[in-house]
Amino acid sequence: MADQVTLTINGKQVQAPTGELLIETCKRLASEIPAFCYYEGMSLQAACRMCLVEVEKFPKLQTACTLPVAEGMVVQTESDAVVKARKTTLEFLLSNHPLDCPVCDKGGECELQDMVFRYGVGESRYTEVKQHVPEKQWSPVVFYDSPRCILCYRCIRVCDEGMGVGALGLTNRGIYSEITPSHGDHLECDECGACIDICPVGALTSGAYRYKTRPWEMEHTGTICTHCGDGCKTTLGTRGDEIVRANNRDRSGINEEFLCVKGRYAFDFNHHAERLQSPMIRMNGELQPVSWTEALKAVAAQFTSVKATGGSIGVIGSTRNSNEENFLLQKFARQVLGTNNIDHPRSGDIVTLLDALSGKTDTLASVDDLYKAKGVLIVGSDLSQQHPLLANQIRANVRHHKAKVFTVTRGPVREDDIAAVAVRASEGQEVAAVEGLKDKLAAAGDLIILIGASVKGDAVRKLVAFGDTLGIPVKYICLMDASNSRGAVDMGVTPDLYPGYKPVEKPGKSMANMLGDPALGMLWVIGENPLAHTKLASTKAFVVVQDMFLTETAQRADVVLPSASGYEKNGTITNTTGQVQRLKKAVEMMGTKTDLAILGLLARAMGADASAKMGPSNVDAVFEEIRSTIRGYNVALPVLMTGGAAQTMPVNGRVPVFVEIDSIRTTGDTLFTSGTLGRYSKTLNAVMEAPGKLYGQPVSKG
Amino acid sequence: MGKLYNEPSPLETKIVTRNFGLPNSESIDTYLAHQGYVALKKAIGMSQEQIIDEVKASSLRGRGGAGFPTGMKWGFVPRQLDKPKYIVVNADESEPGTCKDRLLIEFDPHQLIEGILIAALAVGAEKGWIYIRGEYRYLIDIMDKALAEAYAHGFLGKSIAGSQFKFDLYTQTGAGAYECGEESALLESLEGNRGIPRIRPPFPAVSGAFQCPTVLNNVETFCAVPAIIRDGGKAFADLGIPKAGGTRMVCIAGHVNKPGVYEVPLGFPMMKFINEVAGGIPNGRKLKAVIPGGSSCPILRADECDLNMDYDSLAKAKSMLGSGGMVVMDETTDMVKVALRIMRFYQHESCGWCIPCREGTTWLRKMLQRVTDGQGLTRDIDLIGDLAKNMLGRTFCPLGDAAALPTISLVEKFRGEFEAYVAKNPLAKNELVSVG
Repeated sequence: MADQVTLTINGKQVQAPTGELLIETCKRLASEIPAFCYYEGMSLQAACRMCLVEVEKFPKLQTACTLPVAEGMVVQTESDAVVKARKTTLEFLLSNHPLDCPVCDKGGECELQDMVFRYGVGESRYTEVKQHVPEKQWSPVVFYDSPRCILCYRCIRVCDEGMGVGALGLTNRGIYSEITPSHGDHLECDECGACIDICPVGALTSGAYRYKTRPWEMEHTGTICTHCGDGCKTTLGTRGDEIVRANNRDRSGINEEFLCVKGRYAFDFNHHAERLQSPMIRMNGELQPVSWTEALKAVAAQFTSVKATGGSIGVIGSTRNSNEENFLLQKFARQVLGTNNIDHPRSGDIVTLLDALSGKTDTLASVDDLYKAKGVLIVGSDLSQQHPLLANQIRANVRHHKAKVFTVTRGPVREDDIAAVAVRASEGQEVAAVEGLKDKLAAAGDLIILIGASVKGDAVRKLVAFGDTLGIPVKYICLMDASNSRGAVDMGVTPDLYPGYKPVEKPGKSMANMLGDPALGMLWVIGENPLAHTKLASTKAFVVVQDMFLTETAQRADVVLPSASGYEKNGTITNTTGQVQRLKKAVEMMGTKTDLAILGLLARAMGADASAKMGPSNVDAVFEEIRSTIRGYNVALPVLMTGGAAQTMPVNGRVPVFVEIDSIRTTGDTLFTSGTLGRYSKTLNAVMEAPGKLYGQPVSKG
Repeated sequence: MGKLYNEPSPLETKIVTRNFGLPNSESIDTYLAHQGYVALKKAIGMSQEQIIDEVKASSLRGRGGAGFPTGMKWGFVPRQLDKPKYIVVNADESEPGTCKDRLLIEFDPHQLIEGILIAALAVGAEKGWIYIRGEYRYLIDIMDKALAEAYAHGFLGKSIAGSQFKFDLYTQTGAGAYECGEESALLESLEGNRGIPRIRPPFPAVSGAFQCPTVLNNVETFCAVPAIIRDGGKAFADLGIPKAGGTRMVCIAGHVNKPGVYEVPLGFPMMKFINEVAGGIPNGRKLKAVIPGGSSCPILRADECDLNMDYDSLAKAKSMLGSGGMVVMDETTDMVKVALRIMRFYQHESCGWCIPCREGTTWLRKMLQRVTDGQGLTRDIDLIGDLAKNMLGRTFCPLGDAAALPTISLVEKFRGEFEAYVAKNPLAKNELVSVG
C-alpha cells in the first residue's frame, strides 16, 4: 500500500499515500482543514461537520476526516461553499454556546474561539433562550460545564481508546446530550485529566487550574515530570513563582501529549505550605532556623572532623535529583570525603541487565520502540499503575498496530485486557512462566521485554539468555521507579560502580549497610527518606539532610538544608528506558538552593583543596564532564536543548560486580502515590482513587 | 384479531396485503392454506444467483423510504467472504404518517418470515433479527408467536422444509428512537450501543450487524419477496411501472373521508388515490397541500398534486415517495403550525450526534414556536428558510435533511401564512441594528 495517488487540492497537484485521509493530506501540505471531532490517532466521528470540503463529482460537501484520498480527486478546501458551510456550522454551535469567554479558562487558547475568528460572522442571529444546565463537578480535578460543550466526543475517546479506562459516555439525546461519567455523577478513573487537555473548548476544566489565570498571563516552561521513571515531558504553566498548570499540548517529547494524574496535577507539592525554606541546625534537641552560611559551615566542619578522626561517612543520593547533582555528589563523596560509602534506593536491576547484554548492540528499547514493536512482554510489573507512559505506548501500539501483548505478573494488571496471553506467576517464578510462552513469543516477530523489580540477578540473566533463543530481535527495558533512578546508577551513586559502570576496586557500604552500621559517624542524605521505614542503627551519627520537606529522615537530622524541587532547577535526567532529557527551571522558591548549588557551596566551605577537586558546580560544566566521561552520554546538545530525548547505553561490556539483589525493590508507588512528593500533593490525595491499587490489591497509604 | 383498521378499497391491487381480512390471518395455518411458504420451497430449489436475479427482475425497490433497488442491494453482499451473513429487518417504523409495517406484522407475520428466509437463501445467511419499534410492543408478541409456529412447522431452525438450509430468527425491540430507523443507527442499537448512525462506507451489505455482511431491508420489502419468487419477478414488475415494480402500501391520513392503509400499484395517480381510494376531502373543502410520503418529504401544494405516485414523478416535483405516509391537508390547515409540529418532532428525535442537526432543529423549533406565538419578526421568515438550508446536506445522516426539506418547502410555498403571523406582532419591524 505504499502506492501514491495524485490529487488536486486547491488547484495544486499533490501526491499522497493511498488510503491517507484527506484531512491528513491537507495538514501535511499546509492547507489545514479545521475540525473539532477529528483527532489524530483516534476513531473517526464525522460529527462536527467542520471539515466539510468540496470534492468534484460528489453532489454534497464531504467530510475530509472520513474521506481517503483517491487518484484524480479534485478538492477545494476554502471555496465559497465550504467557507459558508463552516460559517453556518459555527453559527449553529454558537447558538447554544454561553459565550462566557471572558471568564472561561479556555479563552485565548480555545479552538472554537480560533475558528470563529477565522470563519465566524461578527453578529449573532440567535435571539432565543439558550439551553442551560448547571456545571457539574465529577472529581476533585474534573469539572464539566455542559453548555460550553460542543459534543466532539474527544474526551470519551481519549478515555476509552487512549487511556483504556472508558470512564466517560454520553447520555440524553439531541440538544440535551451530555457527556457523563460511567458512574453517574462522579468519575472513577485514573484522574489523568486527558479529557480536560483534549477538550477543544472550556467544557472540561481542571480543578487545579480553573479560574486561576488566563493563558496569556502564564510563562510556559518545558521540563520533565519529576514523579515516575518514565520521563514525560511536561509544559509547566507558571504565574509568578506558582505552577498553575501542567500539560504537554505541543506534543513535544517522548510522551507527546500524554500525562498521568501525577504529571498533570501533582506539581502542587512544590508550593506546599510545609516546604522548607530555611536551613536548620539542631540546637538543644530542636531544629532551629539558621542562615545558609551557618548551616554550611556546620556541615563542612562535621565532614572535616569525621574525616580527621577516621570515622565513617555514609552518603545517600537521590533517585529524583539530576544527573549533574548525582555526578557531583559521588565526586564529592569519593574525592573530597574519600569514601565509597555512597548508594541510593535501587528499584531495578539495570546493572545485571547491562552486564547480560554485554557485547550486544541495539538491545535497549526506547519509549517510541514500545509504540512500534510487534510483541511486548511485561514481566513482574503493574505497568499501568507504575509506568503509565509505557502502558500508554503499549495501548496505542495495540490500537494502531495490533501488537501482541503478553503479561507475566503476580496479580491481575490492566494490560491483561489487551493481552494475547496473561499468565500469573509469583515473584521469583516469572522467568519460568515466560519460558512456557516461548513459541507464542517467538511468533510475535520482534519483542520488547519489560523487566519489573521482582526480576533481578540471575533471573535477569536467564531472561536475556531466553531472549537469545527466540530467534527474533529482542529489546529490553529495565523498569525503575523514580524520575532519575536510572541516572543515579549511570552517575555512579553506588558503592561498587563509578560513573559509567566502571567497577570500584574497593567497594563501599551499601545503603542497608550504612543504615545498619552502629559505628557510622555521619550520614548525609540528599533527597531521600530512608528512615521512613528503616531505623538508623548508629545513634550517634551526625545526620545531614537536604530535602524539600521535614521527612522522617529530616526529623532525625542535625542539619537540614532546604533544597529546590525538580521544577526549580536546570539539568538532565535519564528515564527508565535510558533516554536523557533536560530539566528546565520553571519557578523558584525563596530560601531554597538546588542540590548542585549546595554541593558547590559545601565544597567551598571545605576549603580551597576541596573546591579544586570538585571543579565548577555549574550545570553546563558538570554536564560537559558527564558527556566526556560516561559512555553514551555524549549526546548532541541541540537535541537536548530543544527538549528532545537521547537514548544512551552507558556501558557495553561486562560489569563485574556482585549485585545485592535484596537491595533492589520497587518503591510500591501507584498512579496516585509518589513517595514524599505525593504525600505533599493535595490534589493527589484528594482524588478518591488514592492511594490506588497494585495488581488489583489496595496499597496502604505511605 | 383479524379485524382491519379500514375497509379495503376495490381499487387496490392486493399483493402483500392479500391475506388481510382472512380469519386468523396471522396464524401459520391460514398462511399455509393460502400458498404460504410455497415461495420458500421454490427458492430452496434455486441458486443464489437465480433468487437475486428474480428479485432484480421484479424491479422491487426498498419500501423504507430511500427506494434503493433491492436485488442490487442483495447482490452487494460478498457471498464468498468467510464471515457469517445476517438478515436484519427494519421494523422500526417511526416516520410520522407511516403505519404500514405494523399491519404487515399484525395481520401476516409469516409472509415476512418467508421473505426473510428467501433473502437468507440468496446471500447465505443463517441468522437474522427483526428490529421492532419499541412502541410496537404488542407486535413483538405476535411476531414471537409466529416465530414459534414457524419453528414448530420446520420453517425455522435446522433443515428448513427438509433441506440443508438452516436459519434462526429473533425479535429485538428498539427503545423508541426515530433515529434507529436509519439503518446504521439501527445496527448500533441492535448491537446494544447508543443509537447513532455509523460512518459509511462500509455499507451494511459489506459490514453491517457485528461487522458482518448484512441484508437490511424494510418489512414491506421483505413481504413483497414471496410473491416475486412464487409468481416470478416479471409478474411483479408488470404491476408497477418501469424501474419501479409492484405495488406499495400507502398510509393516508389527515383530511380525507376514509383514512387508512391501501395497497396500490406504483405509478397510481395521486389525486385518484385521494379522491377515490380514500374517499376525498370531507365537508366539501378544498385541498391545500399534501405530504406525499412521510413528514420528511417536501410538501406539495394542491396544484402540484396532479401526478403519479412513483419515485421519479415525485422526484420531478422535488419531493419524495418516501415511506408511504401520506398526509392530506385541506384549506383550513395552518401551515405555520404544520411547520412547527414537524420541527418539534425532529428536534425531539435529533440524536445530537452532529452539530447542524442538533443545533439547527432546536433553533428552528424555538423560532417557529415564537412565530406561532405571535412574536415573530419579519426577518425570522427568511432566517427560518436560511437555517434549514444551512442544515441541508451537511448533517451526518439524513435526519437533518428530513427536518430541513419540509421546512424549506413550507416557507417557500406558504410564505404568505408566515407573513400573516408576523403581521400580528406590533414590533415585527423592529429589526436588530447591525454593529458589524
